[in-house]
Amino acid sequence: MSLNRRIFNQLSAFFLFIALFSFANTSFAADGEALFKANCANCHKPLEDYIGPMLQGARKREPNPEWAVKWVNNVNAMLETDPYAKAMLAKYNARMTQFNLKEEEITAILDYADAYKAPVPVAPAGGAAAPAEDNSLLFGILTLILAVIALILLQVNSSLRKLADEKDGILRADPVPFYRNKSYLMLGILVLFCFGGYTTINAAMGLGRMQGYQPEQPIYYSHKVHAGTNQISCLYCHGGAQDSKHANVPSVNTCMNCHKAIKEYKGEPIVREDGSAVNGTAEIQKLYAYAGWNADKKVYDQPGKPIEWVKIHNLPDHVYFNHSQHVKVGKQNCQTCHGNIQEMPEVAQFSDLSMGWCINCHRESKVDFYNKATGEGNKFYSIYEKFHNDIKAGKMDSVTVEKIGGTECQKCHY
Amino acid sequence: MEKKYWQNFGELNQSEAYQQTAENEFKEDLLPLEDLDDKGLMDAKSPRRDFLKYLGFSTAAATLAASCEMPVRNVVPYLQKSDNLIPGVANYYASTCVNEGDVTSVIVKQRDGRPIKIEGNEMSSITKGGTSALVQASVLDLYDTTRLRYPMQKAGADFKEITTFEAVDKIVLEAMKGLGGKPVVLLTSTINSPSTLQIIAEFLAKNAGSRHVQYDAVSYSGMILANEACYGKKYIPSYHFDNAKVIVSIGADFLGTWLSPVEFASQYAQNRRITGEKPTMSQHIQFESSLSLTGSNADDRFVHKPSEKGAIALALLAKLGGAVTAPAISDAALNKGIELAAAALSANKGAALVVCGSNDVNLQIIVNAINEAIGANGKTINHAVSSNYRAGVDADMVKLVEDMNAGAIGALLIHATNPAYTYNDSKKFIDGLAKVPVTISFNATMNETTERCKFSIPAHHWLESWGDAQPKTGYISLLQPTINPLFKTRSFETSLLKFSEDALDYQTYFKTYWVAKLGGEDAFNTAIQNGVVEPATLLVGAGTFNAGGVAAAAEKLATAKGGAYELVVYQKISMGNGNQANNPWLQELPDPITKVTWDNYALVSPALAKAILGIDVVGNQREGDGYEVHPEKPTITITVNGKSVELPVLIIPGIHPNVVAVAVGYGRQSADKDKTAQHIGRSANGAGQNVYPLVGFDGTSFSYSAAADIKKAGNTYMLAQTQVHGSSESRPVIYEGSLKKFVENPEHILEEANHERAILIAASKGKDFVKDATIYPDYEKPGIKWGMSIDLNTCTGCSACVVACTAENNVSVVGKIQVSKAHEMHWLRIDRYFTGDMQNPDVVFQPMMCQHCDNAPCENVCPVAATNHSSEGLNQMTYNRCIGTRYCANNCPFKVRRFNWLDYTGADSFPDNQNPMVEQGYMNESVLQMNDTLTRMVLNPDVTVRSRGVIEKCSFCVQRLQETKLNAKKAEDPSLVRNVKTACMQACPTHAISFGNVNDKESDVYKIRNVEQKHRNFYVLEQLHILPNVSYLAKIKNSEREVTNEKEEVLEGAHAEEKNIVKTQVEGNIKK
Repeated sequence: MSLNRRIFNQLSAFFLFIALFSFANTSFAADGEALFKANCANCHKPLEDYIGPMLQGARKREPNPEWAVKWVNNVNAMLETDPYAKAMLAKYNARMTQFNLKEEEITAILDYADAYKAPVPVAPAGGAAAPAEDNSLLFGILTLILAVIALILLQVNSSLRKLADEKDGILRADPVPFYRNKSYLMLGILVLFCFGGYTTINAAMGLGRMQGYQPEQPIYYSHKVHAGTNQISCLYCHGGAQDSKHANVPSVNTCMNCHKAIKEYKGEPIVREDGSAVNGTAEIQKLYAYAGWNADKKVYDQPGKPIEWVKIHNLPDHVYFNHSQHVKVGKQNCQTCHGNIQEMPEVAQFSDLSMGWCINCHRESKVDFYNKATGEGNKFYSIYEKFHNDIKAGKMDSVTVEKIGGTECQKCHY
Repeated sequence: MEKKYWQNFGELNQSEAYQQTAENEFKEDLLPLEDLDDKGLMDAKSPRRDFLKYLGFSTAAATLAASCEMPVRNVVPYLQKSDNLIPGVANYYASTCVNEGDVTSVIVKQRDGRPIKIEGNEMSSITKGGTSALVQASVLDLYDTTRLRYPMQKAGADFKEITTFEAVDKIVLEAMKGLGGKPVVLLTSTINSPSTLQIIAEFLAKNAGSRHVQYDAVSYSGMILANEACYGKKYIPSYHFDNAKVIVSIGADFLGTWLSPVEFASQYAQNRRITGEKPTMSQHIQFESSLSLTGSNADDRFVHKPSEKGAIALALLAKLGGAVTAPAISDAALNKGIELAAAALSANKGAALVVCGSNDVNLQIIVNAINEAIGANGKTINHAVSSNYRAGVDADMVKLVEDMNAGAIGALLIHATNPAYTYNDSKKFIDGLAKVPVTISFNATMNETTERCKFSIPAHHWLESWGDAQPKTGYISLLQPTINPLFKTRSFETSLLKFSEDALDYQTYFKTYWVAKLGGEDAFNTAIQNGVVEPATLLVGAGTFNAGGVAAAAEKLATAKGGAYELVVYQKISMGNGNQANNPWLQELPDPITKVTWDNYALVSPALAKAILGIDVVGNQREGDGYEVHPEKPTITITVNGKSVELPVLIIPGIHPNVVAVAVGYGRQSADKDKTAQHIGRSANGAGQNVYPLVGFDGTSFSYSAAADIKKAGNTYMLAQTQVHGSSESRPVIYEGSLKKFVENPEHILEEANHERAILIAASKGKDFVKDATIYPDYEKPGIKWGMSIDLNTCTGCSACVVACTAENNVSVVGKIQVSKAHEMHWLRIDRYFTGDMQNPDVVFQPMMCQHCDNAPCENVCPVAATNHSSEGLNQMTYNRCIGTRYCANNCPFKVRRFNWLDYTGADSFPDNQNPMVEQGYMNESVLQMNDTLTRMVLNPDVTVRSRGVIEKCSFCVQRLQETKLNAKKAEDPSLVRNVKTACMQACPTHAISFGNVNDKESDVYKIRNVEQKHRNFYVLEQLHILPNVSYLAKIKNSEREVTNEKEEVLEGAHAEEKNIVKTQVEGNIKK
């Protein structure tokens, strides 16, 4: 038995290793799509002009094929000297951010843009996906029917026994009706107590939890349009997620970086859950009102005021949560906790943000453990001498967050 | 016999009442429900009906609180976010804490636009990153609710707002034009800001006949004038305690309050640290009348009457070859001390220093002569670089008050000083003030002086200001604002510029001034970023000593007359001169010596207490208990020159039997007594008595000692004292030894502890000392194991760490009433132990916080596992899991766990439930002050604000540990977690505390424990096998006296004591 388990463990470790290795290989090549989404998608689209020019065929339009490589890392200098750059600035009226990308990365991005094809629109498969079928009602009814049958059978049983006894000449008192039978009453009370207790405790634990919370916001801001359709990187607006405990709602000037240029909404119609249509352009006008921006004169001529968004994800005061720990160090996707935000027209709370939910993830997630032999992984973990030895000795194959203390009280409560 | 360490007289005598209080550590009445007294439910004080009421109320309340809908919370991002600000990430800016001449270069931690913590600036060669309690607490003053919010003009008895500064300037300029040629006087505390001094000079130049008077609440005029007599210039030289092998202090509390304590403590510690194979240490001899912080750190200490100061200095000078004759001193011990000091000084010429805390010019001239005789000048005293902390000359101030009363002053502009409170003849000052046609106060609060001025133009707090300071010649420390001004205030300098009809504001002026001085904008920006500009090389000058005045000074000193009883007026570490009196953190900071909070008192020796009050705390257990157990202390009346003050008596050993010592800084009071809380503040209101009136003036300078008449007043007054709230019940917690013995045999000092450990390990028969000796399995510490080491040799007891801990960890202020019930919340306390001679005991300070025991007694008894151990060796406290049984606090041998008896923080679900507590007298108003929305801006957002009913304690600043780990992970650099700075460690001016990852052999703590200081490394109460993670380094004294913990028959003695404890406990139980 134990031998089998060991063989199984070793085999699975082997396969895992192979799998990891093959993954790692692919990630070495510059991934044009990922690079595009992380760096360019905020201002460029492959197939159409956006804040900046469309990227497909850029190399053909530019003075020479190497121009783009020079341009991306020397924006500020070239805007002063290069005639083509000056012309583009005049056309789009937006200065590009200067990057620090490798040549092969830039090439990969442009290759991706050139190869990009507009996705074939897929007819929505019967509207929104049907909610997962809830079987609990069915089970409840079944249980109830079974309970009634059991009750009837018990009654039948006692009647039959009574008949049999009478036949044998044993006299018995008249049966008490079941509603006065103490055993049944006790049973009933017990069931009620258990059920009541269960629901009370559950309800009490649920107090203050707001899974599915989807308040109305001062501006109908659609993550679906921004993060979904337009593929803007989450971190462009919520940059704090990399550096701070707070992901941070972007300041109004961050919105205006793009919306100085994007004055009206031209995309797919946005529809609220109740079926009413959202006028995207009117929502952009609301933003201008907050920012004090005059779209015609292209100046801030009114006093601005900050937007009071309704906070959706709330943690109790005694919980310390740090986004950068999870996003930067733990390399978690935003979607892990926030759901498919790129498909939400208006954001709703995806997870229940309960402690059990946190703990579960900490038990299962593996840290980017340092491999002394290959030098891979986060070097910080090199201090966990014991785990290195255990991995070497084959006692464990990976280190979970729990192993380095991720489920201890004072990791989140202090 | 074992050397005894004791905290109070009860512990020394092991009196009955002491043992009872030690057992009843929480001093709390039972809750009404539990108060049954075996009388049956219905006869109990709170019968069944009450029970039902409580039950009903709590159920209803819980339902109400829980069933309400979740509130809608808004998140409001910036309109225009600054590039260098990320919400949730703290920024650090260099600045300077300037407080009436005191200068400390600091780093301000700013979180989301709010300054929340002050750290020392390590780039400053003066403070080397150290801070003091006053500096640490000054961030709370920024959010003081009594700060003035706009400029005002007097209208009748009250003030009315002037809406714009332009209007203020117009009114003031007009008023100043109609003075009829009477002079304008600027009255300030010492100003050492070069740009401000230039602005003042420009202002004075524009107003003919005007002058600038600098006035220090606690004066150093004597030194300044003595240096003028000896060196031809009014100044104070800079001192180098780090160059001194012998330090003799005649009443100068240079580690606590004298001149520049952070600087001196840092220098002093350099020669007190034990390093290397054959360590050396400076020798510190203190002569003093009361027991000061500095005195308690001295190797040898001698007490004398204040009037004998001159005789001591003269005797020292005579013995060192000076041509003076000293008056005879009758006290044999004191004579021995003078012999000892003179011998040490003459043996270390060129490496010795004598300092004196007196404000008497003649005495300071003699001290200058001594320093000249021992070759201190140019070595331990540097005359090329002056200390600019104090510049006030008392006679100038006295003259000004005379002029004011004569009606000869046209306008008085008062900045950063409060003479209506601090001046010894404050009535005369106030009367004079009324005779000045234009009086303007720039003080930030409605203090005693502002109240009586005609205009109030409040200046910024230093955290809101641009500015500069020159603490020592050539050493510049710059201020930059770390928050926009909270209120409509304006810097004093801008006001002066406007009154000079200069268009500039101070910010522009300041920048232009320094860009020109430093040679460019880049240099200016670098200077602002660093916070300090210092010369590349230290200028050293010996000065030319002019002995001309010595003979005359000696003659005058020789005639000094004392009295039967003499008074010493001193400053407390926690209160300074009293301008931060409304700071609840400082008010609640226990004085390191007396452990009293919230008050000042008359410090007397046991002998004097016996003479005046008839209380014999040493000889008579009953009387001692009667005095010590009750917080109500008998009062005495102290009369000096017809002015008297009634103060409670605090009996402390080590004070001269004929001396009574009282601290200034208390007894703040508005002109209308009922308005004190509103104007000066709820925390300052009712705290202590004002003893500035007892300060004398000898014709040249103020004198802080005098012959006094002392009488029993017959009243009592409650003092909230924290000592023995957490008693170690006479278990050995301290180890010390003398330098000589330590050099001979370093292992001797911990022989006893090591011997005991060896016996235990031998008895465990090969089992693992750590793993096999606990009832629970051993916790693995696979990566990090946090540990702390505290050096008792360099810890001076200055208490900066206590305030730093309070600020960092949102530790609640509980108020005087609650402190008196042993409910103080400090996570870190400094235990003070006396030992040895009752007349003149040795003092040991021991910072005590959660020891994070690996085999923690508290963890085993928690029924809900709210306190448990982490894989990094932390003893974790989880507030949201705690149900408040307090079993842990009961089981903690160090008594460091604190319980939230009441809602100190306003964190409970129900608002306003503190008000009834205040009304019923359970709580002080200062708690409400701490919970004002303005004051709460000081809270650290990374630390939970605890609610009622939970235990809390030192967390090793876990928020800092987590932050450092996160940064290490981001940088993929494990070395970042090697040495982490906790708040206490960072605040310490002597760097007595080290902290880090003990698993890392490169860490400071590992090296201290196992390599560098292994002979002095001990764990407190190690014999309980609790495996603490805090270690201490034994104290070494450089004295010829016997300083050891000698014990006879180690094991038997220990067992006998154990039996005693068991016996008392059993007896105690029977009595119950």
